[in-house]
Amino acid sequence: MTPTYTRKDFTSDQDVRWCPGCGDYSILAQIQRVLPDIGKPRHEIAFVSGIGCSSRLPYYMNTYGFHTIHGRAPAIATGLKSVNPNLSVWVVTGDGDGLSIGGNHLLHVMRRNVDLNIILFNNQIYGLTKGQYSPTSEFGKQTKSSPVGNIDHPIRPIGVALAAEASFVARTMDRDTKHLQQTLLAAAAHKGTSFVEVYQNCNIFNDGAFFPLTEKATKADNTVVLEHGKPLIFGKEREKGIRLNGLTPEVVKLSEVDESELLVHDAERADPVLAMLLDRMTHPQFPVPLGVFRRVERPCYEQLMQGQVDRERKRKTPDLAQVFRRGNTWEVTKRS
Amino acid sequence: MTTASSTTTKSGDKRELDRVTIRFAGDSGDGMQLVGSHFTTTSAVIGNDVQTLPDFPAEIRAPAGSLPGVSAFQISFAAEDIFTPGDRPDVLVAMNPAALKANLSELPRGATIIVNDDEFNKANLKKAAYEENPLDTDALDGFTVHRVPITSMTTRALEDSDLTAQQKARCKNFFALGLMYWLFDRPLDSTLDMINEKFATRATLREANVAVLKAGHAYGETTEMFHETFHVPPAELEPGLYRNITGNAATALGFLAASQQAGTPLFYGSYPITPASDVLHELARFKNFGVKTFQAEDEISAVCATVGAAWGGALALTGTSGPGLALKGEAVGMAVMVELPMVIINVQRGGPSTGLPTKTEQADLLQAIYGRNGESPLCIVAPCTPSDCFTMAIEAFRIAVKHMTPVIYLSDGYLGNGAEPWKIPDVASLPAIKVAYATQPGEGEEFLPYKRDEWLARPWAIPGTEGLEHRIGTLEKQDLTGNVSYDPANHQHMTDLRAAKIERIADDIPPLEAFGGDSGELAVVGWGGTYGALRSAVTRAQRRGAKVSHIHLRHLNPMPKNTGELLSRFDKVLVAELNCGQLRALLRAKFLIDCAGLNKVAGQPFRVSEVEAKIDELCAGEKN
Repeated sequence: MTPTYTRKDFTSDQDVRWCPGCGDYSILAQIQRVLPDIGKPRHEIAFVSGIGCSSRLPYYMNTYGFHTIHGRAPAIATGLKSVNPNLSVWVVTGDGDGLSIGGNHLLHVMRRNVDLNIILFNNQIYGLTKGQYSPTSEFGKQTKSSPVGNIDHPIRPIGVALAAEASFVARTMDRDTKHLQQTLLAAAAHKGTSFVEVYQNCNIFNDGAFFPLTEKATKADNTVVLEHGKPLIFGKEREKGIRLNGLTPEVVKLSEVDESELLVHDAERADPVLAMLLDRMTHPQFPVPLGVFRRVERPCYEQLMQGQVDRERKRKTPDLAQVFRRGNTWEVTKRS
Repeated sequence: MTTASSTTTKSGDKRELDRVTIRFAGDSGDGMQLVGSHFTTTSAVIGNDVQTLPDFPAEIRAPAGSLPGVSAFQISFAAEDIFTPGDRPDVLVAMNPAALKANLSELPRGATIIVNDDEFNKANLKKAAYEENPLDTDALDGFTVHRVPITSMTTRALEDSDLTAQQKARCKNFFALGLMYWLFDRPLDSTLDMINEKFATRATLREANVAVLKAGHAYGETTEMFHETFHVPPAELEPGLYRNITGNAATALGFLAASQQAGTPLFYGSYPITPASDVLHELARFKNFGVKTFQAEDEISAVCATVGAAWGGALALTGTSGPGLALKGEAVGMAVMVELPMVIINVQRGGPSTGLPTKTEQADLLQAIYGRNGESPLCIVAPCTPSDCFTMAIEAFRIAVKHMTPVIYLSDGYLGNGAEPWKIPDVASLPAIKVAYATQPGEGEEFLPYKRDEWLARPWAIPGTEGLEHRIGTLEKQDLTGNVSYDPANHQHMTDLRAAKIERIADDIPPLEAFGGDSGELAVVGWGGTYGALRSAVTRAQRRGAKVSHIHLRHLNPMPKNTGELLSRFDKVLVAELNCGQLRALLRAKFLIDCAGLNKVAGQPFRVSEVEAKIDELCAGEKN
């Protein structure tokens, strides 16, 4: 029986040390709010993080937690989940931690489909090292390390996850607490790697990076919420939609186009083509999609691993003495 | 022919020898490693002590017939306990001109050379950069050369076979093997058994290999090319059941046994790397023991997953070779910081950088000791023979789990690929490994993740345990609670504690022993895979009356408590190692004892004669 928890049960005794106004506070709060509903006792939950502002999160959670080294949390979580498949394991990472120094591990954990919930806080900047451009910073961005403009082309976290065959891929925002909670719950419910990109405001080094998407006045026109089986409709009055013209999405007005012509979201498509296409919809030409891009079933790594152990155990009784004697043996006797 | 001993007796046309060293050399595709291992097994089964030295190129198939493509397998077999695969071969089997050229400089004068005469054609001679056929010049004067048409004899033996011409030619290694079995009076049984097993369902191949093996044997018997055959009687080994084992196989079995003794499943995270991959291959076969192997995307992932598995309560193991250890450095430092038990195997190879992947070296000792940022002490052990790889694997986990520390296990390419007879241990006699996870504290007690026991080890509290929810991390931790702390005095205290914890392991390991007197003129000190060469050289010097002892370290950090005191009882200390003086630097720094060095970085093990010469030099110096 899982005890009945409240948010407070998941709050550790450590002072939270993010900058006042940081988007991380909201993400921490929503995680603490949804954990009572995931059906796991507190001691069977573990948070693993890398390095960076976001990665301090495990210290604030009253669960098991491991603040590891830069970029490696997916690998550490893979080891933990492999030997203890019963745990609910959460990986907390950022755009620098997950996509730059730890990019390789992120790719491989997703292709293996280890049953982890990966929350990538994307603030498009290096915060903890105080303001250098990150792999998701926009081209031309001026930062401390790019005073005359960033010449690195940014990568798209959702596209990376889809290319790596992630079985659950979603995007949400720090300021939309309800959507954030829903998305976290959906991620927790999914068996396999759940990859959640969270747009997160760094109010010190990259303030307002997502304001067109997060602020009340502009949000409805600049985002579209993806719902499986439903057409893509957005706008303050829900007066606009997305239609596919060949392989190109286009914004249409519902006053001119019938709803039946709109693109209907299918998160459970076997291939990631539609999800990839949705990820290419960027501000300001398009409303930015939020929600679950992709959710498909495929066997989890740790289950496959345990399955091999179980099958081999049935097939061959483990006998150390027998293994020692494998191959040619000979007896040496005492000579007279 | 030379022998290790002068006590050879003539008995008819069969000469009795104490020890013979032979080397099979050919193209990478000629199957030299295979015939070498067959010869090893056969020799061991009839009771010889054996030692082997495989020597192969890093390339899978360098151009056929070329010098870089030469692959060799050396085996020494003896009627006495031996410690090395022999300095120089008494017999060389050269399957082509390149094999002859690459190995000739290793042969002592008077050695026997058996060549595959068919392959000494114009094209092959050119590939080996021979202007003239050395078999027709005086290049091989002073050697006993036998020209055997191995390829054509093989083809003739398979006249009736359905194999293709190419397949027939590939059987020629077994002709050479059959011939060597006849020359050295070995039975064909165990090789026949292995052929029958391997080709159980492929009759054509089975029959072909059997036919060629027997043809090689018959060739020796019927031609009058060899005037005598040689017999090496069984060695006087300790009674018991034996098998051959390579160091890498023994390493895998040792860690498997450790997991059984601990009653805790083994997790092995690794990324393929020469010469450590065999450990992964071996362990991947033991899933029925609960072993979980994880072939990671890179070295860093392999070690990090292992740290994760250690946190999760598994017996956590990762393995690599030198360049991989460099990549793992940061994560090993993490294990030091969070004080979780794990073992890191390093099967050392020639460096720096990619270096010599298939050759041996001992130049990662200082990397193991110091190769992390900050003050990050950990425990280091090093097996000294292929069999000892088994023993020290268990020892590595005994220490890791009891003292809650990462342990680096320093093997090397020579140990990993070399084979020797292994006295199969009785499972019941293996040492126990006690694993005790932390449990929920009693009423009114607080769980403190960094509270220490008498060994200064912290509790192993694994996720999933009710009531022990806590956070660990790589930032400096407050004493006892493990919370993040930037307090200057606390950092000093924790640094001191981590160092003291490792030092205290010295109270939990056996004292260092000297082979020979506990004092004397000279102590020859070594560690790791040089054991055999050093022991042989010291034994010979002792027989000549030298007051020399052999001291071999298997625990390198901490060292046994009596190390400094023992070394100080010798007039001179010689540290022999396959690097430029790493252990020597440590011993000098730690104990202020002056040490001479015998150092070699040639990708090859020490020759006994090299060590002997150095011993003679140092002992003679004393007398003057």
